Amino acid sequence: MSGVLFDEPGPRARRRTRIATVVTAVALLALLVIAVQRFARTGQLDGDLWAPLLDPRTDEFSQVWSIIGSGLSVTLRAFAVAALASLVLGVTVAAVRLSLGRAGRIPLVALVELFRGLPVVVTIFLAGEVLRLVDSGTSTFWALVLGLTAYNSVIIAEIVRAGVVALPKGQAEAGLAIGLTPGQVMRSIQLPQALRAMLPAVISQLVVVLKDTALASIVFNDVQDLLYAANRLRLVLDNPLQSFAVIAVIYIVLCVILDRAAVWTEKRLTRARPSSAAPVAPAEEAVTRV
Amino acid sequence: MFDPVLDNLDLFWSGFLRSVGIALWALLGSMVLGSLLAVMRVSPVPVLRAVGTAYVAVVRNTPLTVVLFALAFGIPALQVNASFYVFGVAGLTLYTAAFVCEAVRSGINAVSPGQAEAARALGLTFSQTLSQVVLPQAVRSVVPPLGNVQIAMVKNSAVVGAIGVGGELFSVYTRLSSAQGYERLPILLGVAFFFLLVTIPAGALLAATEKRLAVAR
Repeated sequence: MSGVLFDEPGPRARRRTRIATVVTAVALLALLVIAVQRFARTGQLDGDLWAPLLDPRTDEFSQVWSIIGSGLSVTLRAFAVAALASLVLGVTVAAVRLSLGRAGRIPLVALVELFRGLPVVVTIFLAGEVLRLVDSGTSTFWALVLGLTAYNSVIIAEIVRAGVVALPKGQAEAGLAIGLTPGQVMRSIQLPQALRAMLPAVISQLVVVLKDTALASIVFNDVQDLLYAANRLRLVLDNPLQSFAVIAVIYIVLCVILDRAAVWTEKRLTRARPSSAAPVAPAEEAVTRV
Repeated sequence: MFDPVLDNLDLFWSGFLRSVGIALWALLGSMVLGSLLAVMRVSPVPVLRAVGTAYVAVVRNTPLTVVLFALAFGIPALQVNASFYVFGVAGLTLYTAAFVCEAVRSGINAVSPGQAEAARALGLTFSQTLSQVVLPQAVRSVVPPLGNVQIAMVKNSAVVGAIGVGGELFSVYTRLSSAQGYERLPILLGVAFFFLLVTIPAGALLAATEKRLAVAR
């Protein structure tokens, strides 16, 4: 689409584009200069604010990165457990919801709508309270995992359900016709196809799980995740801008890796079985996963 | 059980209104900034395209919590001072704009290329094509994803309170549960109720709109 919004530029349009390019480049450069000046004037470019984070020769460097490393390991562990649990629970909820009759699924639908409407941060708070009531000794790490799972399994269930609904009716009918039970049809015919079609959407939801692990720092004061590490560093080193910049880059790299994985699986899946009888349902737009 | 909520209903109500205010500012700001970014991403000027793409790539992959903390604690280091309210609204706006941009861009891409080709054939310029032909049609396919983005923004506005904005629902929770020592669970359920008060009707409204637009298409 973007290709047809403007013609293959002729000499005059090319000149206009060149002029616009130069003008915007100059404007952006000016903004950049102003920003850099601001950084310089307030001493934010000083080496000693950046060195502990970036220069291996400083005394703090190894300690700084061991803090970041342990934060990273907590973040990744919370992500891994919550992602796995959300996947298993999400697929189960989708399967159960599809198998139930109109009346039977009302409580399940209500539960899905409830968790979909709540901010994740509130869900994590709630998980913390509920776990505390069950057993006051439970670690907050598990409260974080439970809160993330409660929200994301519901979203993944919706994605998987959309995948099953989008399958051609003939798939289930053929299964029933050869004598499979409805449960077998769901397990061995509908779910595998739905999961394949929706894998990219599911993976982009996993990016959300990864980003939401950062909420731990505002809910609990003892989950020592990546953002916790950043807050500790900024207080010790007195360099908030620099600490957050480094942590943000780590989050971005992690998310981009997951994102690439989504693109890669999408490519593989579309290539894998070109003659597949089942038209693959369009993966839900990844853009809405905020 | 819900006495702690009912006793402080006026506090909850004023917190709710303040949260709604934050969300409305972010709604307005993110729509403007996001649409601007989307136009940049489809424009013929390479520099603008690159800036738009870079913005989305960076902001979309950073947790909102990190964006908010970086603004609230990092920007004062540049001797630019503002209230936490401003930083909170700014953070939510900058974050949501990246998603608005992607929603609008996917809407622009959903308009059949023939429309733009026809407009181009009539000799309309890039900006005329976009504003007179493509965008009015894109609005249709943009409504569902944009609605989802903004509902998510309302939910995300809960996080804004964490940097210490004060007065909104998150602060009502911390104030009542830690400072005044109320039982935490009922207070939390009260906060949850006020969020559901916005998100569930908004979701239903969006679903209804989606259905209407789908028929019209």
